[in-house]
Amino acid sequence: MEFMENVFVLPFLDIADSPVFFLEVIISGLLSGVMYSLVALGFVLIFKASGVFNFAQGAMVLFAALTLVGLMEQGVPVVIAILLTALLMVVLAILIEHMMLRHLVNQEGIILFMATIGLNFILEGVGQIAWGSDVKKLDIGIPDQSFEYAGMLFNTLDLSAALIAAIMVTTLALFFQYTGTGRALRAVADDHQAALSVGIPLKSIWIIVWSVAGLVALVAGILWGTKVGVQFSLVLIALKALPVLILGGFTSVPGAIIGGLIIGVGEKVVEVYWGPAFGGAIEGWFAYMLALAFLMFRPQGLFGEKIIERV
Amino acid sequence: MFYREAGQFKNTYHADQAIFPIIQDRWFMALVLLVAFVVIPLWANEYWFQAVLIPLYIYAIAAIGLNILTGYAGQVSLGTGAFMAIGAYATYKLCTAFPDLNILIVFVISGFFAAGVGIVFGIPSLRIKGFYLAVATLAAQFFILWLFNKVGWFYNNNPSGTITAPPRELFGIMITGPEAHALTRYYVSLGFLSVMALAAKNLVRGRVGRSWMAIRDMDIAAEIIGIEPLKTKLMAFAISSFYCGVAGALFIFCWLGSAETEAFDIFLSFQIMFMIIIGGLGSIMGSIMGAAFITLLPIFLTNVPPMIGIPIATDLSKHIEEIIFGVLIVFFLIAEPHGLARLWQIAKEKLRQWPFPY
Repeated sequence: MEFMENVFVLPFLDIADSPVFFLEVIISGLLSGVMYSLVALGFVLIFKASGVFNFAQGAMVLFAALTLVGLMEQGVPVVIAILLTALLMVVLAILIEHMMLRHLVNQEGIILFMATIGLNFILEGVGQIAWGSDVKKLDIGIPDQSFEYAGMLFNTLDLSAALIAAIMVTTLALFFQYTGTGRALRAVADDHQAALSVGIPLKSIWIIVWSVAGLVALVAGILWGTKVGVQFSLVLIALKALPVLILGGFTSVPGAIIGGLIIGVGEKVVEVYWGPAFGGAIEGWFAYMLALAFLMFRPQGLFGEKIIERV
Repeated sequence: MFYREAGQFKNTYHADQAIFPIIQDRWFMALVLLVAFVVIPLWANEYWFQAVLIPLYIYAIAAIGLNILTGYAGQVSLGTGAFMAIGAYATYKLCTAFPDLNILIVFVISGFFAAGVGIVFGIPSLRIKGFYLAVATLAAQFFILWLFNKVGWFYNNNPSGTITAPPRELFGIMITGPEAHALTRYYVSLGFLSVMALAAKNLVRGRVGRSWMAIRDMDIAAEIIGIEPLKTKLMAFAISSFYCGVAGALFIFCWLGSAETEAFDIFLSFQIMFMIIIGGLGSIMGSIMGAAFITLLPIFLTNVPPMIGIPIATDLSKHIEEIIFGVLIVFFLIAEPHGLARLWQIAKEKLRQWPFPY
């Protein structure tokens, strides 16, 4: 009975009690949702263009962040370090295409998925051998302070993350919509064979897509690294991005953003208000359960392409 | 020359349908069993039992379970660790609640518990497939471990939060608990592996196994020829989880002795998945070979470089191990998607003619 009250009555009383706090929870949820979206975005880009579900996205985030921190520890200025890391991500994309994807053309999606799990381990290992596995502090000059506005607490880092994410999504949208390469990417995403037959070079398209995903990983790595420090657990945020993808649909860029926001808000609100009833730490699985429940009713996600299959 | 079926005539359907229709295969299996049951116990010491052989057999059971689901029925699962945890915790609860119950029966009952939960988390597979299903099984992985961690009832509210194998005996011999001899635990794991591998082998070549493969290869066609996807998929989930559950129970009771939920985290699920990828999707023999490979590789990496004079720091060797795992997985997917099992098959083909090719 007490449990029922904790689940169905008290949380709502709490919300009604202090709406400002509720709003604050929602906003902090939205801001952490942006961070999930950034990771999910990398998945969507690759999945759209090559049909590969890239499990190694989290490892790419870690790898980029580690490299950046490592370079900065060597005394390289921030801007040059970022540029070098970006260059490295492009090189990585070329390597992945040459050593892996090229040999796996025409394989089933699940085989490609498992190959990226292998890639995940390679990147984790290489990154940690090259730069060590201690927790590192990343500071590229984004201020991390809290300030109060209209009775609510904000963090400048979260706000910058949201701003950067917005800029990135807009840039990507423009890139996809208005450049020749973007159009080619959309063509490949739509139909591999048709794209090949009108002369779009599939292999270089894959390199471009993986590079873009690598750059998105770098941005995500910078923001996550500044927030929680560069450490191995960054890999696990890739796992957090999966429910985001399910909610938003695997093929939709806006879906990744909105899915991330929903998961971010849902997690925060549930943890703050319903967490005590379940003994806390439900953040770990809530997103998955939400995604699972969602899958039962809308398997293609909020914005995914509708696939009609009756088996 | 040494491996050829020429001249081996089968006069009855019974002989034709034998698991190992070729006499050399029968000899080979007999030899393997002889080595496993007689030669190894005579020769191995405590270290080998505890570090290599017992985990190998237990992982092999889990790998067979996952292979049934992923390799035969085509449903990807990242929740193996959670299903193993169910087996372990169910065994612990049953063991402490009914101290007189035969421990082997407890293992089997725990398997049924895991099977039940497996069915529940298999239900989404009816609507979703591929990656989506993989994510859905992740929900099982995180939720179940959280549950075992949070609800004290599962570990009898003991303050350390771990489950410990209580001493249990069978025919006067300690099987579990701190006093059980490594040899006894070795025989228990080996016994389970032999029986369950044989059962799986029979299962996958019968009607059930064929319906799994039909669903895996093309679900629409399978449904048209009269296979019920609902029943078939859920059965795959149930049987796979049963295997994982028993493996999980042995994991704690015959190997680790005591553990927390962290022992069953997502990395265990990945490890079992690598076993079946490297061993060979859709092969019982491959599951065992994959388990052997993944268990032996770290031991090889930690022991061999110092032996030949290259000292490697522990954390470095851990990362190198990661890289080698990754490279091997990619390599196997590119070069030999059917894994070690396929290499074994090729070797047998070659043996037909070797050493006289004409």
